[in-house]
Amino acid sequence: MSTAADTPAPPAGQPKRRIPTLNEMPWWVEKVVVPVVFLFGAALLPFLFDSGSGFIGTCVLALAYTVMALGLNIIVGFAGLLDLGYVAFFAIGAYTMGWLGSGFFSQVNNEEGWHIFVSGFAASLPGIHVNFLLVLVVAIIFTTIAGMFIGLPTLRLRGDYIAIVTLAFGEIIGRSAVNGDEIRLAAIPIIGGPLENAFGAEQTITAGRQGISPVDKVDLPLVEAFTSLELRPWYWVGLALLAISLFVNFRLRDSRLGRAWVALREDEVAAVSMGVPAVKTKLLAYGTGAAFGGMAGAFLGSFNNTVNADQFQFFFSILILGMVILGGLGSIWGAVLGGIALTFINFELLPRLNTVPSKVGLDFDLSEINFGIYGFLLVIMMIMRPQGLLPERRRKMELTEDADVHDETLYTARV
Amino acid sequence: MEAASVPAGRPAAPGQAVRDAVSKYGLIVILLILPVYYAFSDIVSEDENLSRFGNNLVDGLSNGAIWALVAIGYTLVYGIVELINFAHGEVFMIGSFTTASFFGFIGLTQDTSVTLLFFGLLLTLFVAMAASGTLNVMIERVAYRPLRNAPKLAPLITAVGMSFILQNVGLLWLGGSPEGIPDLIRSQQELINIGGVSITRGDVLSIAVTIPLLLVMTAFIARSRLGKAMRATAQDPEAARLMGINVDTTISLTFLLGGILAGSAGLIYALYQTTIWYFQGFTAGLVAFTAAVMGGIGNLKGAVLGGFIIGFIQQLSDNRIDPAWTNAIVFVYLILIMVFKPSGLLGEQTRDAG
Repeated sequence: MSTAADTPAPPAGQPKRRIPTLNEMPWWVEKVVVPVVFLFGAALLPFLFDSGSGFIGTCVLALAYTVMALGLNIIVGFAGLLDLGYVAFFAIGAYTMGWLGSGFFSQVNNEEGWHIFVSGFAASLPGIHVNFLLVLVVAIIFTTIAGMFIGLPTLRLRGDYIAIVTLAFGEIIGRSAVNGDEIRLAAIPIIGGPLENAFGAEQTITAGRQGISPVDKVDLPLVEAFTSLELRPWYWVGLALLAISLFVNFRLRDSRLGRAWVALREDEVAAVSMGVPAVKTKLLAYGTGAAFGGMAGAFLGSFNNTVNADQFQFFFSILILGMVILGGLGSIWGAVLGGIALTFINFELLPRLNTVPSKVGLDFDLSEINFGIYGFLLVIMMIMRPQGLLPERRRKMELTEDADVHDETLYTARV
Repeated sequence: MEAASVPAGRPAAPGQAVRDAVSKYGLIVILLILPVYYAFSDIVSEDENLSRFGNNLVDGLSNGAIWALVAIGYTLVYGIVELINFAHGEVFMIGSFTTASFFGFIGLTQDTSVTLLFFGLLLTLFVAMAASGTLNVMIERVAYRPLRNAPKLAPLITAVGMSFILQNVGLLWLGGSPEGIPDLIRSQQELINIGGVSITRGDVLSIAVTIPLLLVMTAFIARSRLGKAMRATAQDPEAARLMGINVDTTISLTFLLGGILAGSAGLIYALYQTTIWYFQGFTAGLVAFTAAVMGGIGNLKGAVLGGFIIGFIQQLSDNRIDPAWTNAIVFVYLILIMVFKPSGLLGEQTRDAG
């Protein structure tokens, strides 16, 4: 064992040569070389395509959605808290970007705007303009707080009651985003006066369905300004976010906290009696999971160039949840694969499929049944791989083992 | 109770009385705060009577009856397979669509005589129930049965997939925009007026269909052999199987019952609202699921109670506050109820409430 670990490859000239498995190689091969090679490969991918092409646009979306899937995977996969309102964190992240990086608050500072570490065009515009990296930090803070707040009323709840309460929060935030263009800051009780002085009498909370647009582009030090035509830089920023999320996810999963999540998921009573603090652990799951949604939300707000209330529908929560479950609940690589798969089905496969009937000479509009095809694919994929594309190791063990897995099946109640 | 049994000499912690009172009466206060406020404001307003409030109540109850019927489908299915059947709202939508198409097929119009209309509607009700019931059973066969032994959340995704497929069917069936259908029963026509509270034909229809159905359904589940099998399977599928109950058939039966109720709700909705579209199932599903949870998921009476409460809150909010905020207000109510009663209003009797 130790000799195998010390010699990465058998020396030349040895009679039987075989490629050692990943487990037999030194630790740094798995932990350093493989990720670096992967990252490098992924970073080179956009050079195969035109920088303004729609394909790279889809890739950027896939990266952002995957970050969200990783966040939701912490809540649903690790901690076992079914969250149907993840869209709330997308909304909060995106609005943080919209509020702090656009001309939305046009009256501030006598219509001259506040500018914090911004360069280029945005530095001369009215409204609040904060550097993207700072917005990311603020979005993470906001969504973490929101996640914990949403988690609070669910602490006493079990099973699917959690689902409906999180769904309710998602819907409330969605409705508030749609109707926010009717709420004026000046009309808020108590703090309305100072707010009116700062933002003007007509300032609303959101721009409703019209959307906050344009939104500041990502603004990084030492790099040229981002544009909507050159998508490669967006891709690299998205990839960096994904890499950070992956690193955090792996470290969290194997940490004390990660093991506490899994323990709570498997058996709450046993975990609590072994000294796992249920309240703190659950709230941390909500908070951490939400933070990823906020980070990706802020990035998407900037990338989409609009923060529009119509983006924050229940379907979005279901889309992200679908990525997590399709990939394999609790599995990090599963969430990545699920995120990429569902994004590409939605934004590449289905639009391409629409051109097929006319190519083979049929007069049939496939775009009318896109929705149905998507549903059909979901059903088929789930029936073929109920445990997900890349199931978590622990769950795979449970599923193949016959005894005592009853709380994992559809039938049996948790008592 | 427990405080009384503690030996004297240990004073209760400060604030304990307040906390007890909050947990005891908080829920009642929350449930009553909107109705009481608006009833009071009606009395002190220039009308000085409760007629507007009464109208809200009547409209709320007839809308609530629809939610109650759909919510029972959720609660039955949840009680027996622990699955949030996201496709259930779409089953309700298909019920409405079948109703509308069948009207055209048998040629019912506003000019049809009352007797013919009555039997025509009765026939349509059976057709809508049969269509939705069969559909629900088929959904279970195709999308949920293969996943019986899969991880718990896998069927949730096939449910969403089925709901997309059915929405697409609705889209192809009647197109993408809301479709008006003939107002066969003149649903907004006033039938009786009690002290300024007008009861329309639509209200009567909604209650006249819902109440008998609910009674039959409760009696069926409480009294019949099949109902007993359903309750046994809900309690413990393994033990039920050992007792010779055919679990597969029982689950199919549950989906059939849920579908039948959703179909009847679809008919009431079509006649009451006189506009239908493919997306109605999504909203109805969300509201009805909320109703089921509010009442305590798995509990039939709870689902009905939840349906009526939500119908009433919606009506108050539509009429007094702003329709744009209605959904948000319903969900705020739900969260507050969950805070005070984590297993729903009547939730003690369910097996998940633990």
